[in-house]
Amino acid sequence: MSSHDHHHDHNHDHEHPRLSELQLRVKALESLLVDKGLVDPAALDVFIDTYETKVGPRNGAQVVAKAWADPKFKAALLADASAAIKSFGFEGRQGEHMVVLENTPKVHNMVVCTLCSCYPWPVLGLPPVWYKSAPYRARAVNDPRGVLADFGTELPGDIEIKVWDSTAELRYLVLPMRPAGTDHLSEDELADLITRNSMIGTEIVTFPAKAQEAAE
Amino acid sequence: MTNPQLAVDALPPSLKDQDGPVFREPWEATAFALTVKLHETGLFAWSEWAETLSGKITEAQANGDPDLGDTYYQHWLAALEALVLRKTDLTLDQLLKRKTAWERAAERAPHGEPILLPEDEIA
Repeated sequence: MSSHDHHHDHNHDHEHPRLSELQLRVKALESLLVDKGLVDPAALDVFIDTYETKVGPRNGAQVVAKAWADPKFKAALLADASAAIKSFGFEGRQGEHMVVLENTPKVHNMVVCTLCSCYPWPVLGLPPVWYKSAPYRARAVNDPRGVLADFGTELPGDIEIKVWDSTAELRYLVLPMRPAGTDHLSEDELADLITRNSMIGTEIVTFPAKAQEAAE
Repeated sequence: MTNPQLAVDALPPSLKDQDGPVFREPWEATAFALTVKLHETGLFAWSEWAETLSGKITEAQANGDPDLGDTYYQHWLAALEALVLRKTDLTLDQLLKRKTAWERAAERAPHGEPILLPEDEIA
């Protein structure tokens, strides 16, 4: 490398540091915690991989599809959601105290966490950006019908909308209504219709599925 | 978003990114994992965590952050730092020193090669 190149690289680095302020803060914290033996770096990697690739809203969709197909399971799910969900092997952080909220022709449920972003990780993965945003957190409470409209969801005026505020102790999963015309579908086919947003309560499940969601 | 009819004046554009990546940058994932793993060791209760995080979010909003979800993991990191300082014997001074050490290591490391912390900077 010529001295000119080197000089250029140096300037370049200076203008665009290789590690951002946030990266540096995390690296400092992580390396000190590892040095102290408070965290195991290998366990961190496994954990991150799990949340990036294995845990997501497909878990919740399987639970909902089974509840649609199997009335006994649905009753168990509504009675003790944590235990019923555990039977799928979906358990762990943020799933200890689950409550399932059943949508009916009279009541539509919607979930928010007004304080931070509590969310049922084992069944839905980690929350989408909008769930964590202040506008959603505020408007879900003040104007739930407006939020539904923003998501392209229109509900008849006589349906009551109930908004549930998650806490560190209590997580909610919405059991959406099974769409008409799906009697012939298998549980797996049903699961494919179920969107993440329908289990947060900002959408309803439609059949046939909207094009993009079917391709997911 | 399959039906992108979001009212732009009501909800921010980021809301249209419905199925964006779980973590936008690796540091977010690391901060997330550190928090859960520390909680699992019993360092703090999850309710304590939620309280600290919501405090940091409120603080950021008071300081002018529109809080559209994209800064969520910044609040998360601030809350984690605060809890670690409160619950362990690590000090702010140690954190700052270690941060400077990583900064120097990053400046020194040749392009394309991993950034390593030299032993003598591990205080």
